[in-house]
Amino acid sequence: MCDRFKASIIVLAGLLFCVMAFAQSARPQQPGTAKTQKAASASAPAPRHDLSGTWEPANGPGDGIQANGVKAMPNDGKPEHQLPYTPYGLQVFKSHHALEGADAVLPGFYDDPRDKCEPMGFPRAMFYNLRETQILQNDYKIAILYQYATTWRVIWTDGRPLPKLVEGGVMIGNEPREPRYYGYSVAKWTDDTTLVVQTVGMMGEDRVWLDTAGRPISDQLRVTETLHRADHDHMDWSVTIDDPKMYTKPWVAMDKFPMKLEDPHQDVMEQYCSPIEMEKYNKLFGNPSSGPGSKAPER
Amino acid sequence: MKKRAIPQLALAVSLLCVSVPLFAHHGTAAFDDKKVTLKGTVTEWFWSNPHCLLQIDVKGDDGQTVHWIGETQNPVTMVNGGWSKASFKPGDEVTVTMMPVKNGAPLGRIMTVLLPNGKTLDANAGIRTYK
Repeated sequence: MCDRFKASIIVLAGLLFCVMAFAQSARPQQPGTAKTQKAASASAPAPRHDLSGTWEPANGPGDGIQANGVKAMPNDGKPEHQLPYTPYGLQVFKSHHALEGADAVLPGFYDDPRDKCEPMGFPRAMFYNLRETQILQNDYKIAILYQYATTWRVIWTDGRPLPKLVEGGVMIGNEPREPRYYGYSVAKWTDDTTLVVQTVGMMGEDRVWLDTAGRPISDQLRVTETLHRADHDHMDWSVTIDDPKMYTKPWVAMDKFPMKLEDPHQDVMEQYCSPIEMEKYNKLFGNPSSGPGSKAPER
Repeated sequence: MKKRAIPQLALAVSLLCVSVPLFAHHGTAAFDDKKVTLKGTVTEWFWSNPHCLLQIDVKGDDGQTVHWIGETQNPVTMVNGGWSKASFKPGDEVTVTMMPVKNGAPLGRIMTVLLPNGKTLDANAGIRTYK
């Protein structure tokens, strides 16, 4: 009887601790997120053809980090998250040494171009530290300003066609154009609150990764995004990857990822990559934490 | 056997609740599961990307001083969790709980820091998701 009573107390204490821990983490903890209250009532309808505003992950700042790789298909070892690699895609993936995911190496053995402060590129900008994201728009284009690396991309909404994807870049009319880190994007409104964006012309596998787990993309990549403003304060964002060089079929990397509108006065903090700071970090912590005696795991 | 099951369940549930969120920059392969608690004096608080670094001198029972370095998340995440560039200054006496690296070097991932004023900073407060 006494043991049963003690056991009950321990169970209750454990559950109480969980409830308290959740309650603590469920509240925004600092001015930046605490101030992220809506500019209008939560039930207000979405304005027509308007995504402008400062948005943040609706489920908290940790939701957009995607440390193990793209949100909908993380590299966590689960069979349902195995990507449909082509033989070449798998070969490129295995040549990458990522710091996160089921195939992660120690901090002294990575080769993520991110850590040389190379441009993240698109679509990785969607899959690496997607945090406070500003959207500006006019009658001709939409600009998306990402917090990480203070980068931006432009999406044309003026009716121009998507550039034609060719070997080595794109064709705009009869003009050959170079690949870009953030590609060439055009978009159309499919209804009052849904924008569908097509992007081609990104950098190849020798320059960029898809995500922090080291998944590959090529210059043959086509990305489709759907941005749906559900109401005034909420938007969901989906991303589909179509890269026949790396994957045997298109797949969804981000599935209706929820974003919420922030206070329009919110000042977005810088998050940057600095070679000087990276060098000091690796010297003081990254390299000594991996050795001596440490070695890169077998792939 | 049956009597043991309930406390073990409670322990398992509690451990799940305190599981450590992933870092944005690198994984957990370099770190030990155990925690160490160190009382020391701050020599530098390096507010930087990809991780902030807190350096402290820790005097052992044998009188020897060991220089420890603990990493946190990046500045944006730390601000989300209530930390700042001004959280520490050289000379501050702090108590740091961290997960040490496996290879025995005096390095670790910071979990909490107890400040001289009695306030505790949680290194994972800014990275959690709400559901």
